Amino acid sequence: MRRFVIGRAKSLLNRSYQYHCQDQALLRPLAPSHSRFLSSTPGLDSSSTSSASSMAPPVSLDTINPKVLECEYAVRGEIVTLAQRLQDELKAKPGSQPFDEILYCNIGNPQSLGQQPIAFFREVIALCDHPSILDKSETQGLFSADAIERAWQILDQIPGRATGAYSHSQGVKGLRDTIAAGIEARDGFPANPNDIFLTDGASPAVHMMMQLLIRSEKDGMLCPIPQYPLYSASIALHGGSLVPYYLDEATGWGLEISELKKQLEDAKSKGITVRALVVINPGNPTGQVLAEDNQRAIVEFCKQEGLVLLADEVYQENVYVPEKKFHSFKKIARSMGYGEEDICLVSFQSVSKGYYGECGKRGGYMEVTGFSPEVREQIYKVASVNLCSNISGQILASLVMSPPKVGDESYESYSAEKDGILSSLARRAKTLEDAFNNLEGVTCNKAEGAMYLFPRIRLPQKAIKAAEAAKKAPDAFYCQRLLNATGVVVVPGSGFGQVPGTWHFRCTILPQEDKIPAIVSRLTEFHKSFMDEFRD
Amino acid sequence: MAPKALDYESLNENMKKVQYAVRGELYLRASELQKEGKKIIFTNVGNPHALGQKPLTFPRQVVALCQAPFLLDDPNVGLIFPADAIARAKHYLSLTSGGLGAYSDSRGIPGIRKEVAEFIGRRDGYPSDPELIFLTDGASKGVMQILNTIIRGDGDGVLVPVPQYPLYSAAISLFGGSLVPYYLEETANWGLDINDLRHAVFQARSKGITVRAMVIINPGNPTGQCLSEANLREILHFCYQENLALLGDEVYQQNIYQDERPFISARKVLMDMGPPISKEIQLVSFHTVSKGYWGECGQRGGYFEMTNIPAQTVDEIYKVASISLSPNVPAQIFMGLMVNPPKPGDISYEQFIRESKGILESLRRRARIMTDGFNSCRNVVCNFTEGAMYSFPQIRLPPKAIEAAKKAGKVPDVFYCLKLLEATGISTVPGSGFGQKEGVFHLRTTILPSEEDMPAIMASFKKFNDEFMEEHEDHRGYSRM
Repeated sequence: MRRFVIGRAKSLLNRSYQYHCQDQALLRPLAPSHSRFLSSTPGLDSSSTSSASSMAPPVSLDTINPKVLECEYAVRGEIVTLAQRLQDELKAKPGSQPFDEILYCNIGNPQSLGQQPIAFFREVIALCDHPSILDKSETQGLFSADAIERAWQILDQIPGRATGAYSHSQGVKGLRDTIAAGIEARDGFPANPNDIFLTDGASPAVHMMMQLLIRSEKDGMLCPIPQYPLYSASIALHGGSLVPYYLDEATGWGLEISELKKQLEDAKSKGITVRALVVINPGNPTGQVLAEDNQRAIVEFCKQEGLVLLADEVYQENVYVPEKKFHSFKKIARSMGYGEEDICLVSFQSVSKGYYGECGKRGGYMEVTGFSPEVREQIYKVASVNLCSNISGQILASLVMSPPKVGDESYESYSAEKDGILSSLARRAKTLEDAFNNLEGVTCNKAEGAMYLFPRIRLPQKAIKAAEAAKKAPDAFYCQRLLNATGVVVVPGSGFGQVPGTWHFRCTILPQEDKIPAIVSRLTEFHKSFMDEFRD
Repeated sequence: MAPKALDYESLNENMKKVQYAVRGELYLRASELQKEGKKIIFTNVGNPHALGQKPLTFPRQVVALCQAPFLLDDPNVGLIFPADAIARAKHYLSLTSGGLGAYSDSRGIPGIRKEVAEFIGRRDGYPSDPELIFLTDGASKGVMQILNTIIRGDGDGVLVPVPQYPLYSAAISLFGGSLVPYYLEETANWGLDINDLRHAVFQARSKGITVRAMVIINPGNPTGQCLSEANLREILHFCYQENLALLGDEVYQQNIYQDERPFISARKVLMDMGPPISKEIQLVSFHTVSKGYWGECGQRGGYFEMTNIPAQTVDEIYKVASISLSPNVPAQIFMGLMVNPPKPGDISYEQFIRESKGILESLRRRARIMTDGFNSCRNVVCNFTEGAMYSFPQIRLPPKAIEAAKKAGKVPDVFYCLKLLEATGISTVPGSGFGQKEGVFHLRTTILPSEEDMPAIMASFKKFNDEFMEEHEDHRGYSRM
């Protein structure tokens, strides 16, 4: 049973300055004790057993890496454990809960909630997984011609057509060529396949960069608050310091350069060397899409301050408002005339989001530009210890970056699937946004992009007191009540960070459209009764 | 100008310390030569499919169907997929919550972990708990996770065999721990000496290091030796006495080329030893779909099984696993198929057995061919490859060769391997990448080149080696003191 608690006393913001204290404590030498079998260990001088551990087993909560204890990841935290328990109860005793099913709105996992994969992508992957059927005539009847052709093309790029072999540690060269071409087509600026590192999802790439940049708790990483907790967890795991910068809820989660500057100076005055700036665009959990001039100011800021810009762009295909468009940071930087010598930029992309939603495949990449060959060698070296990322995920990443084009046999159906999914996501984003805004004391910024809504709930004092009595953070208390009443699983805002004294929760826009009305009515009903119970 | 964040000087020192020779200098040079048009035989990494081994048919059929479930609705699917593959695909899809494209449970799909537990139970005769089995993106990720959990700082030591598979040294460097080596004895068939172990621990402790865990690789990599039951008992007793967790890397458990020492898992021996030991020793066992006769390296599928780890620690490990959301789902299905393969009576059984046996018997033959081939070379001595996928011959370099290496600014075995590469296109990994006794040199090659290619490869090696030795010998004596 997972026992990790979101509502621990420490707030996300203070934590970063407290790691090192814990670290020191657990490094003090253990008390000397004699080994169990002195008589059977001839030659072992008893005076040398100064560090034989006491009776405590070698791997226990007291003796594991304290950074593991420190890190937290709310997306699959306590509330999910509770939900799973309720789900089991429901299965064992149908009708035992005031709802028929648990709806997991805690995690950006589209296909688990009924979204269909893009057929063309799956056709190509299936053929690459079982290439021997490409020689059979019956295969023509089961697969589209362009999928077969693409599979052949890909297999020709893989030495020996061996999709079961470890590839180059950065990923199959031919696939990186395809991705680089895709990046160039998207941005209008060239991309170098040697700058691309294919990884098992974007998350391992983020970890690699944290590992590269963090030397000690004196190294800080500027992260948006609210943020996707991979960043806080990763920074904790690698022993660094999270330097928060607040997004402005009042202006649609705006990112102000003045805030960046303030936090940077603040950190410096505390002896922290800030190494990088994390920007999530479109935002998670906040969903805002940055305006171009905002992006230019960010690039300029990083250049001036010598910070690495870590651009999490995994939601680049999820933009729902006509007035905003996704622009990659690379494109912005290059269009400002900034090249490799001017700015260190790492861009992350994934196959898990967009309209493809292939979370379970673990495919993604980072494009690393602007750093020396010696540093690239180091990144390569660490990548090589894990040999390579999974081939199927690599193939998928290349398909995502170069999907069917006008004229291809599969283009029509592909296009219809893509538009269907994206327009549905846009509708669901709007419907849920409106629903939240209609709740008493709740305001919700528009989800311009990504897959989430992050409504702010104004909890009455009575509720806050009740939460304290239950030893829970107020938003966790609300979310648990919500779960128990409706079966809907959302993640308390404290898991992402928020201005102290404000409360939020993150809800995905992913349940299928036909389920949305029921969700809205259940949520509305629950909220009303909650406010009735706790209204001041 | 202030140093920039990604300047070499400003990088994490631990990262800089990491070495991983398997894809290091030799491999990079080989890749360069390949680009220039030279034919290279890559024997640097245990990557069977890259050297012509064919994937087993049944698992590929099942996974392809899972990737494209619309096929299952097509009336013609039976024309190219057998019924049992179709049934299995449907079964695995039913275990997922949304097919292959959805994040699974962070520990892996429960139904597949159950299959793994059942496999372990059949193999060892003791029940295994699916809740204590975590599927991972390859065994390497699992090893990293566990080491990261154990290592707090450089005051923590991990016992690692020398020679070792350099994932261990790399991971320990990366996490800032201390590697405590214990030497395997080449003249005793790479055997392990408990007194040696005790000495290693004693030395480490006298330097103020807390030795936390011991790694065993069984069958060994690069050395190939298979541990006997008596060996395992000794090791477990030792861990019990010294209060060490045991990490059992058992990824080559299907690769056994002799009959005197079949594979026996550390867990089985532990359970056989009964309480209190069987309830006390903290054991983590690792397995993979990359090796054996499956060789599905590119899928990145593995698992670790925890024994006697406290529930709270398991929770913490689960928490960290959840940050990466889930292991890749296709590989989880490969794992399920590996531990629960076609059974007698299944439509695909005959073909599956034929393919599997073919691969294993061929590996056994190749292990012998390579060992004998190396032993026929001048100044080369090679222990038999009892298991795993490698040959690790000792190259007795004459003093002149060692001098030439020094002049070239290279470690002697790197020098030899580079010359071998340039002369023959055979890409190996120098023994220094795995660790060896001072002044003793080896190289690691895999036994994976196809049987048809092997005679030519061994002849090519012999020609190079014997000429190299001729050129560098002046009868002053050999490298081994």
